[in-house]
Amino acid sequence: MIRSELILKLAEENPHLYQRDVERIVNTIFDEITDAMSRGDRVELRGFGAFSVKKRDARMGRNPRTGESVKVEEKHVPFFKTGKLLRDRLNGK
Amino acid sequence: MSEKTLTRMDLSEAVFREVGLSRNDSSQLVESVLAHMSDALVEGEQVKISSFGTFSVRDKAARVGRNPKTGEEVPINPRRVLTFRPSHQMKDRVVAGNKR
Repeated sequence: MIRSELILKLAEENPHLYQRDVERIVNTIFDEITDAMSRGDRVELRGFGAFSVKKRDARMGRNPRTGESVKVEEKHVPFFKTGKLLRDRLNGK
Repeated sequence: MSEKTLTRMDLSEAVFREVGLSRNDSSQLVESVLAHMSDALVEGEQVKISSFGTFSVRDKAARVGRNPKTGEEVPINPRRVLTFRPSHQMKDRVVAGNKR
C-alpha cells in the first residue's frame, strides 16, 4: 500500500470529505510525526507502535574503498518499535 | 532536547487545526489511518509512505534463544516482525533537528 492508496481508501469511507481534504489530513498526520522526531520528541500510538529518536555516538569510521579513517560525528536516527497489539495481530493472535 | 511524548490526541489536534474538521472527525480519521495501515501489514503487505518511510513485514525463522539471566535455553517460535525503514527526507530532518 502506498500513500495514494491509503488516501483513496479513506476517501471512499468518508464520502462527505473532499479528496483534497483527505490528502491534507494524511499529510498532516505524517508531517506531525516527522516534526516531532526532528524536535527529539517521541510519538506513541498505542496498539500501533512508537516513533522515537536514538542517539548514535561519534565514532571513527573507515572509507571502505581507501581504508582511510574518517571521523563520523554524533547523530540522531529515527526509530520505530511495533506496538503489542499489532505485533500480536501479525502473528495471528 | 525537549523529550515530549505525543499521542493520538496531538495528531488529531493537528488535523483539527490544519483541516478544520470537528475534533470528533479528526480523531476518527487518525484512527482510520492507523487501522488501514495495520490491516495492510497484517495481510503481509508493505506500507510505503513517500517522504516518510516504509513499513514491511519480515518472517523470522525459529531459533534457540537463551534466558540471559538464567542461561537456560528456550525455543523461540517462528514469527513475523514489523520493520520500519525511514525515508532519506525523514533521516535528514531528524539529523538536522537534533544537532546541538
